[in-house]
Amino acid sequence: MRELYARLKALYPLGELTEQRKNLAFVTVPAAHLRDTLLHLRDKEGFTHLVLLTAVDWLEEGQFQLTYLLNNRALACDLGLRVLIQRDTATMESIHDLWPTAATYQRELREMFGIDFPGSPRIEEEFILEGWNSIPPYRRDFDTLKYAQEAYAERPGRVTHDPETHMRLQMYPGQHPAGK
Amino acid sequence: MTTKPELMKRMVKGPDGLEFEVDPLRDYYCEAPPTVMPGAYIQIVEDFFNWARSKSLWILGFGTGCGAIEMRPLMTPRFDAYRFGVAWRPTPRQANLFIISGYLSTKTLKRAIRAYEQMQNPKYVIGLGSCTINGGMYWDSYNTIKKLDEYLPVDLYIAGCMPRPEALLAGFEEMKKIIRTGKAEGANQYAENFAWYKANQKRVIHDWDMPDYNW
Repeated sequence: MRELYARLKALYPLGELTEQRKNLAFVTVPAAHLRDTLLHLRDKEGFTHLVLLTAVDWLEEGQFQLTYLLNNRALACDLGLRVLIQRDTATMESIHDLWPTAATYQRELREMFGIDFPGSPRIEEEFILEGWNSIPPYRRDFDTLKYAQEAYAERPGRVTHDPETHMRLQMYPGQHPAGK
Repeated sequence: MTTKPELMKRMVKGPDGLEFEVDPLRDYYCEAPPTVMPGAYIQIVEDFFNWARSKSLWILGFGTGCGAIEMRPLMTPRFDAYRFGVAWRPTPRQANLFIISGYLSTKTLKRAIRAYEQMQNPKYVIGLGSCTINGGMYWDSYNTIKKLDEYLPVDLYIAGCMPRPEALLAGFEEMKKIIRTGKAEGANQYAENFAWYKANQKRVIHDWDMPDYNW
């Protein structure tokens, strides 16, 4: 993995290498160089399989992090490319022409995170949610609980127990709930 | 109501070359709302009907959530639910018992409503698992309903997350008792409070693109 990183580093302005395991590592790529890096990895380095494309919402930093996880079947190792994009514009170049499966991931990201991938097939169509009328639900400023309470009828009488207090009362009934 | 393109009125050319107009909402679906089905003219006959109905539970093989996995062992020799006189059918028209097996996302709810409305009277609904009762572990989910009886008339709930197949077998026996005593009036309840059910359904299904009643 280190050798691969050294080879890549000579070609593209990469960030630090984060090695999770011997066969799994992550590296940050500027958005402008993503396509070249992916093409190079796919055609020259044998990373022929796009395992997944997913996103993380860094709300405080105002960024979305896209993770393109690639797999090299021959070497049985995975390399994740991380791309940071602006949260307010939330637009990224589509890679559906490199891996057709990416189109599905991009549709999902558009619906769940509101990240647009112009030119990706059927990107405008609804994917999982039908008739969604709020901000994309995987964005961290979306209040899931509040939405659920407003949108869906509830049956009264639901009780929530703090697991620790509840189990202590169950197991040591005489003891004061707060005491240790 | 926003209508899907395939539900719009259009001109169609038949195989014999003749052009004719098709209005799917009128031609393919029924506009009439469901009506209350009166009982038999004399109570003893109705009781006999109910006894017969309790012996003939045909379940719609439609797994809506993870609870559907509990129905598979019931169909196989391990638990063999068929010895209790229940059987699974592949289409709504051949079934009279709809088991809502676990959480219902609003997307699935739409299909569940259509399937329920396509079933013939008398028909029954069992809510399986905590999710159908109060949301269960999906109590704060952005996309699942939390109280099934707001949207469909439920005759019986089986609690648990997930209930074991044995619980389902006990549920079938309980369902038979309810039918025998003549209390399984879900379909009539649905017909009586049709407007209320439709309003609840439309409150959560935002892209209502099907006829209001479509059997």
